[in-house]
Amino acid sequence: MSASPSEHTPSLYDEPGPRTRRAIRLWSIVAVVVVVAVVVAAGVQFGSHGQLDADRWSPFLTAGIWQYLLVGLWGTVQAAALVAVLGGAFGLLLALGRLSRNRVLHGISTAYIEIARTIPVLLLIYLMLFGLPQLGLNFPLLWKLVIPLTIANAAAFAEIIRAGILGLPAGQTEAAVSLGLSRGQAMRLVVLPQALRFVTPSLVTQLVSLVKDTSLGYIVAFTELLYRGQVLAAYNHFLIPTFVVVTLIYLVFNGALSTLASRLRRRPGKRSLAEPTTSIPVVGVPVTDTKEPHHL
Amino acid sequence: MNIFVDSAAPLLSALGTTVMMAVIAGVAALVLGTVVTAARISPIPVLRGIAFAYVQFFVNVPLLVLLILAVFALPDAGLLLPLTPTAIIVLALYEAAYVAEAIRSGVNTVGSGQIEASRALGFTLVQTLRLVVVPQALRAAVQPIGNVMIALTMNTALAAAVGVVELTAEANKLNLVEAQPILIFTVAGLIYMALALVIGLSAGRIEKRVAIKR
Repeated sequence: MSASPSEHTPSLYDEPGPRTRRAIRLWSIVAVVVVVAVVVAAGVQFGSHGQLDADRWSPFLTAGIWQYLLVGLWGTVQAAALVAVLGGAFGLLLALGRLSRNRVLHGISTAYIEIARTIPVLLLIYLMLFGLPQLGLNFPLLWKLVIPLTIANAAAFAEIIRAGILGLPAGQTEAAVSLGLSRGQAMRLVVLPQALRFVTPSLVTQLVSLVKDTSLGYIVAFTELLYRGQVLAAYNHFLIPTFVVVTLIYLVFNGALSTLASRLRRRPGKRSLAEPTTSIPVVGVPVTDTKEPHHL
Repeated sequence: MNIFVDSAAPLLSALGTTVMMAVIAGVAALVLGTVVTAARISPIPVLRGIAFAYVQFFVNVPLLVLLILAVFALPDAGLLLPLTPTAIIVLALYEAAYVAEAIRSGVNTVGSGQIEASRALGFTLVQTLRLVVVPQALRAAVQPIGNVMIALTMNTALAAAVGVVELTAEANKLNLVEAQPILIFTVAGLIYMALALVIGLSAGRIEKRVAIKR
């Protein structure tokens, strides 16, 4: 699920000629008519049940309700930030473990990653809510949400980071080791900085998925956006307006993150993977490269 | 282990619900996802825009919000279906966006040189797609689609949050009676793992069978 919706697809067709242009125009009109028909039908359906009445939607123009919902969004951000930091760190360790030459480390990390992505997060949350208190472990609400999400997202982060490390040319490690760096130093100073920049877009995409996961705070009654929406709807009985507004807030918030991800994907930062700046030395010709020497 | 023998019947029927939801929503998501991808790479700008908006919407909004919207809120507008079908429809619409992304990532693996070559040979759009792009794109998309199907199976558990009695809900119910959360949820987790394993192995099998020997 690391693909972002706005990657470039190669062009499948030539510049359309007059006949194709006419066909495109025709089908565009058909598509627009269908969309308009669906929107009108939905409007009629909602309107006939009084769901479009102004008094149902006007409360959402008041500052009080927005303040109430934004406190929820703040809870979402807090939970997501914690999961991102903890899951990212844990995921990095798992990725290194899976790539390590130590058989035990490799086995444990691989097993964890493969298992964690095949257990529903909701099940982990139920285990957290009902299982751990039995063992005398009772966490604050925030952690009842954050711990299961961290367990699940660490595996996803690990696979993204591992893909980044494997995607780097092996020559990078070989060169670092031949310069006298230890394997650990090579990983820390040469491989990881490049690999992490390389996978930044996928990490941001995973962040979107993680923000979505925090909506499970609804189950544990942690004050995040969906839970606040639920409480608000129970209070004002405007279910459709409330949940539509909640949906739109998620859409704007995550949409911004997704846009960032696809922008990073299309135009990597200046400091991402360096293009080779020196020409390949030709045998018999002395290397006369006057450009800045490379620093490790 | 007695508790599982005593409640085998409801557990099996709950497992049946989970599998049924996964299969129906999975097939529907595959079909819809293919349609969305087709619109996404079509030469018609309006269709491309609609497909883009569709994917953006479902990739950015949590499934649980959509389930709650469909199950609890839409009846206010007179849109009321039985509970399980509603959950299946939402699940299918949601995962179709991910299927579309998986297929499109497959389309992206087809080198643009091949597409340019087929255009240079005078292939029409349909010929290019049918003979060059789709056969390779679908092969490359088998594993990603398998991963989407595993995620879909895991996501059926969210239906428990809106009241569908599937495996997670039944495990929760059983736990309320038996108060053995660790045992019960572990077994439920193992069942989900087995389901994911079946999907993963099938995807691997299919990928091997359709692979082009070069």
